[in-house]
Amino acid sequence: MPEITPALLIAGGVVVALAAYLVMAGADFGGGVWDLFATGPRRKRQRALIADAIGPVWEANHVWLILAVVLLFVCFPSAFARLSVTLHIPLTLMLVGIVLRGSAFTFRTYDSQRDDVQRRWGVLFSWASLVTPVLLGVAAGTIAAGGIPARPSGTFIEAYVHPWLQPFPLAIGALALSLCAYLAAVYLTVETDDPELQDDFRLRAFGAGIGVFVAAMVALSVAWRQVPLVWHGLTASPWAPGYQVVVGGLALLTFAALWQRRFRLARIAAPIQAVLILGGWALCQYPYLLPPELTIAAAAAPDATLDLVLGALALGFIVLVPSLVYLFRVFKTRPQRA
Amino acid sequence: MNDLLAARSQMGMSLAFHIIFAVVGIGMPLLMVMAERRWLVTGDPVYLELAKRWSKGTAIMFAVGAVSGTVLSFELGLLWPGFMEFAGPIFGMPFSLEGFAFFVEAIFLGIYLYGWERLSGRAHLWAGIVVALSGALSGIFVVIANAWMNTPTGFTMVDGKPAGIDPIAAIFNPSALTQTIHMTLAAYAATGFGVAGIHAFLLLKKPANAFHRRALTVALLVGGPAALLQPISGDRSAKMVARHQPAKLAAMEAHFHTESGAPLIIGGIPDEETGQARYAIRIPYLLSVLAHGDAQAEVTGLDRVPRDEWPNVLLVHLSFEVMIALGTFMMAITAWATWLAWRGRELAEDRAFLRGMALATPMGFLAVEAGWMATELGRQPWIIHGVMRTADAVTPVPGLIVPFTFFTLLYCALSVAVVWLMYRQIARSPTAEDWQRIYTPVLRDA
Repeated sequence: MPEITPALLIAGGVVVALAAYLVMAGADFGGGVWDLFATGPRRKRQRALIADAIGPVWEANHVWLILAVVLLFVCFPSAFARLSVTLHIPLTLMLVGIVLRGSAFTFRTYDSQRDDVQRRWGVLFSWASLVTPVLLGVAAGTIAAGGIPARPSGTFIEAYVHPWLQPFPLAIGALALSLCAYLAAVYLTVETDDPELQDDFRLRAFGAGIGVFVAAMVALSVAWRQVPLVWHGLTASPWAPGYQVVVGGLALLTFAALWQRRFRLARIAAPIQAVLILGGWALCQYPYLLPPELTIAAAAAPDATLDLVLGALALGFIVLVPSLVYLFRVFKTRPQRA
Repeated sequence: MNDLLAARSQMGMSLAFHIIFAVVGIGMPLLMVMAERRWLVTGDPVYLELAKRWSKGTAIMFAVGAVSGTVLSFELGLLWPGFMEFAGPIFGMPFSLEGFAFFVEAIFLGIYLYGWERLSGRAHLWAGIVVALSGALSGIFVVIANAWMNTPTGFTMVDGKPAGIDPIAAIFNPSALTQTIHMTLAAYAATGFGVAGIHAFLLLKKPANAFHRRALTVALLVGGPAALLQPISGDRSAKMVARHQPAKLAAMEAHFHTESGAPLIIGGIPDEETGQARYAIRIPYLLSVLAHGDAQAEVTGLDRVPRDEWPNVLLVHLSFEVMIALGTFMMAITAWATWLAWRGRELAEDRAFLRGMALATPMGFLAVEAGWMATELGRQPWIIHGVMRTADAVTPVPGLIVPFTFFTLLYCALSVAVVWLMYRQIARSPTAEDWQRIYTPVLRDA
């Protein structure tokens, strides 16, 4: 067992924030993806359902990312500095995606309801929703692949493009995108009573679920030759067999639940599966924050800071958790009357 | 344009853009809550209409504020990794607290905006109150972090590295109190005047409209007191700057030569070469009084500051003067409104007042921009005053003109869209049907 230090707890806090971001905000991005791919006679109703589901919660969901970033720069400042330098280009592009997604979605809500106006904002919103998770995945994949050096060296391309424009980060980008789409489709089946819409998103959940599987397999096979840290963690570590059984079991459970139209069960199993995929990455990396050499302990800020941030986290969660529960109770429990 | 200037420009442009939405995000919830409370107390449907329409505007502004704020939190690292690596553990505490305050704000704003039909009147009002409080709080936390950059405390330097880090001492840095008060008041003054000005403009066209009359009153109740208090807070801030950042004060006041009984220089064009401000008005002894509370006090001039530590005197002085001029005008408008109300006159029927009010619409926001220009440019060449130079903090990534240009274009496009949408919300509303409902015959009673 590793020694529980304040730095480890806060690193865990970053993982929790990212996991919450994935299963909450990730589904909002996924909703945007399904807005882009809305097809068939129920196209308009699909889009309306997505907008209703995202509207009240996306801004709150988005704050998880800010929390993760703040924890990183307060408690692991050297890691934050390194990330920001090497990943300058994908992170900047991701910011553009975040800006366009949020503003286009809001502008669409409050602009004229005429079809052409709605479509224009919708295109911007949905493309931004598609691009942003890919870039976040690329950033995560670059970290896992050990692509963040202490200081950049070589030409511009070698220093600022090569580290992330690699098969493994791109595979993780695809995995992140399909996970977001998968979560969104699963959630949307319980956001409506309309059986036709439920079937639309059930089908999409199957499609995206297969996408998750394929992307994960591609990432794993790339990892076999190129990212030994991840390959070793997921196949040869003491926790690997149990992990594989649980993640695989949850995937089968979600698929079975979708098959039998037990949407509420799928709604529970799918996000746990997503959290475990993210958690698997974190476990592979331990004790490194930025493999191959920067450990959590080495990157950590002085204890005075870490202790205070831990206190703030505890206090913050005491305020945050009831507020979030209230938010989701108000909007995510459908009124039972017709 | 070299990379340092491009990075500074991108940061400045991102901040200048974001601050508008941040200010509205602090001020508007208070206005909404006041209107909603008036509705619950009086039962007057015009107030409900007001709260609902304002909340739509707030939704648009808040969304853009949330995403542009995210950009900033990343840009701290993307543009200034050296600064963040050094300062993160020292001044980061307020950012963690801000994270939670902003979280609460976003959660309850969602509840407020989408919960009109789902919550009881009281619960809905309370959701709004939480938004107003947490919005103000998140602004305060961010300004505390900025105050630390002006008056850094909570660490000692050992071999060029920070040691003995005390984040609590960093929070309670000398500028924290004066700066947070100044900015919070500014947020209420800017939003209050922005809203009051728009409705004053509309009242010039439709003098009998009850909707705009009530809107004007509520907005002035927020903006007016803030505008009256702001000069007092500004005076406290100036004294703090005089004590801890004499170079910044000297640049703000175009004060080149250290002297006792220093005159206040109003306006003018400072020339760094000659050390003179041309075309300026000079009021004897006033700078000594304002900076140190004593007509004979010595005020440090730029001549005591090494030449390579001077900020851009022209820009800092002009920004500072613009801020003061705008603030003075807003204070005068408030005094006028108070006098009219004192005399029992209806504000909405005094066309001269309405014109002045409408003229003041953008002034609070312009003053906020000018004030930030003055304080940020005035801190240069330092990113952490006296500790780290901005040039030493910038990222090694080359070609920064590209993201700067790109974000500038993006934000210009967003500004156009926001202005258009706000215009739709404000000018086109209330719609024809609503007009009849809320067009109460106020004039007939008068």
